[in-house]
Amino acid sequence: MATTPDITIQNLRKTYVVPERDTGLGAAIKSLIVRKTRDVEAVKDITFTVEPGEVVGFLGPNGAGKTTTLKMLSGLLHPTSGDISVLGYTPFNRNKEFLQQITLVMGQRNQLIWDIPVGDSFERNRAIYRLPTDEYNHTRDELVDLLDLAELLPKPVRNLSLGERMKCEVAAALLHRPQVLFLDEPTIGLDVTMQRRIRTFIGEYNKRYNATVLLTSHYMADVEALCKRVIIIHHGQLLFDGALTELVNRFSPHKTIVVDLDIEQADLSNYGDVITAEGNRITLRVPKSETATVTGRLLADLPVIDLTVADPPIEEVIEQVFST
Amino acid sequence: MKHYLEIYWAFFKTTIAVQFQYRASMSIWMIGRVLEPVVYLVVWATVANARGGMVGDYNPEDFAAYYIVLMIVNQFTFTWVMHEYDYRIRQGALSVLLLKPVHPIHSDIADNISYKVLMSFIVFPTAILLYILFDPNLLFHLQTFALFLCALTIAFFMRFFIEWTLALIAFWTTRNEAINQMYFTLGLFLSGRIAPIELLPNLVQQIANILPFRWAVAFPVELMLGRLSNEQIWHGFTMQGMWLVISLVLLKIVWRSGIKKYSAVGS
Repeated sequence: MATTPDITIQNLRKTYVVPERDTGLGAAIKSLIVRKTRDVEAVKDITFTVEPGEVVGFLGPNGAGKTTTLKMLSGLLHPTSGDISVLGYTPFNRNKEFLQQITLVMGQRNQLIWDIPVGDSFERNRAIYRLPTDEYNHTRDELVDLLDLAELLPKPVRNLSLGERMKCEVAAALLHRPQVLFLDEPTIGLDVTMQRRIRTFIGEYNKRYNATVLLTSHYMADVEALCKRVIIIHHGQLLFDGALTELVNRFSPHKTIVVDLDIEQADLSNYGDVITAEGNRITLRVPKSETATVTGRLLADLPVIDLTVADPPIEEVIEQVFST
Repeated sequence: MKHYLEIYWAFFKTTIAVQFQYRASMSIWMIGRVLEPVVYLVVWATVANARGGMVGDYNPEDFAAYYIVLMIVNQFTFTWVMHEYDYRIRQGALSVLLLKPVHPIHSDIADNISYKVLMSFIVFPTAILLYILFDPNLLFHLQTFALFLCALTIAFFMRFFIEWTLALIAFWTTRNEAINQMYFTLGLFLSGRIAPIELLPNLVQQIANILPFRWAVAFPVELMLGRLSNEQIWHGFTMQGMWLVISLVLLKIVWRSGIKKYSAVGS
């Protein structure tokens, strides 16, 4: 039997009406009398579903409509048209039972109160979400352990570094153990170590509670590590929805071959496009269909020490997607 | 109900913790609000003395009593939500509140009440000090005091609902500071802060009788001073009740359409 999806979006649209005026004094005066507005279609027509327990990467360039979609999913924005259902609820009704089961983490928005210790903000959330004390203690201890927060709990938020604060924000957003997580750039602005920490944590949370995660990130490392499936939108429209591997196959007709040679300064330009040549290490790009032939030729013709064939970096693939 | 008590208790604790972080600014605000009635007290007492001891029905000791009680009433009923909302909506802080399974008004009510509890540790000693300094004409009757407490409680909620509703104007305009300013100026006049209302021109008194300001501030003060007849007291409570209902209804309507607007435009 098929499970009911946790998230269902059908023909979702969101149009903003924004005031518009030309620059200059004349235009300013004119705008007092006639207000010009313009419709901006942030989300044009999106349809997808997400099954319970899935971790889906939600990708797109700035302004693609990702945040707008996440806000509609969490009930902050009212869709212009289309159907939207999360855990069987209509998000914009902001039903209490619905809010109790979801969370939205937005990069800079704070769950935490600036002036008081982190632990006190957690305690406040415990009351708001009506968490029984032992359940709360259990979840909190787990989060503290997974994110290594023990030393941060007694510190006022304003004394934390950005990375520390982000870890605490994430923990505060998850104290009520939500079933559905909307994470908007959860690792933005963090250093590599901290990014990895948050990333590992999200994976762990997903496994432990079978939680559904929809995640946007500009760091492909996040997406590669966490998401088997990606949804890509561009200009408010769905460009791709499927496995990450399929994305690479579909949008990148190339493979990368890295060869280490026993000779210096070899010219490999008749084997493929030379991307980099540093000393005796050369990186080539070849059409996927020719990979086997080129590899064979290289091995036969040249004193090869080492050779690896790989998919191009995911960033490159994504770039490719957006340029189409 | 128990759930709300628990939430309010958690809110109290955090607000008090936050307020303690701002002891200095808290004291400065506080001094400002104490000074205002003291200034009016001195002005009116001087005027009364210059006019041979009376202005209207008030002698200097009556003015002292009036402004000491007014200081207490104003301290316990004022709110700062109108300044808060502008920031919340522009910075998107409201979004965080909307994602919680509790209506955002609760944390504001709790914040205001806990602030008042804290303030009472300063307000009452100040009132006692002023009492010693100005020798007010103020007698204590238990029954009057009980009625005063009722009127004060209703006044708090009435003023809170009105100012919360006005704060929501921030959903539509980013210039609600201008509206706040107008509200405060009107309030200064019509709530009896600048002068007891019966000393104002007839027309102003009539306006004051209709609008909520008088019933939120001057009414509890006059009640405590024992200046009102039974009939005036019941009229006062009726007006308070009426404005309480009106403000609550308005709040609900404005909130609903404000949220609609917010969720249409985003932040």
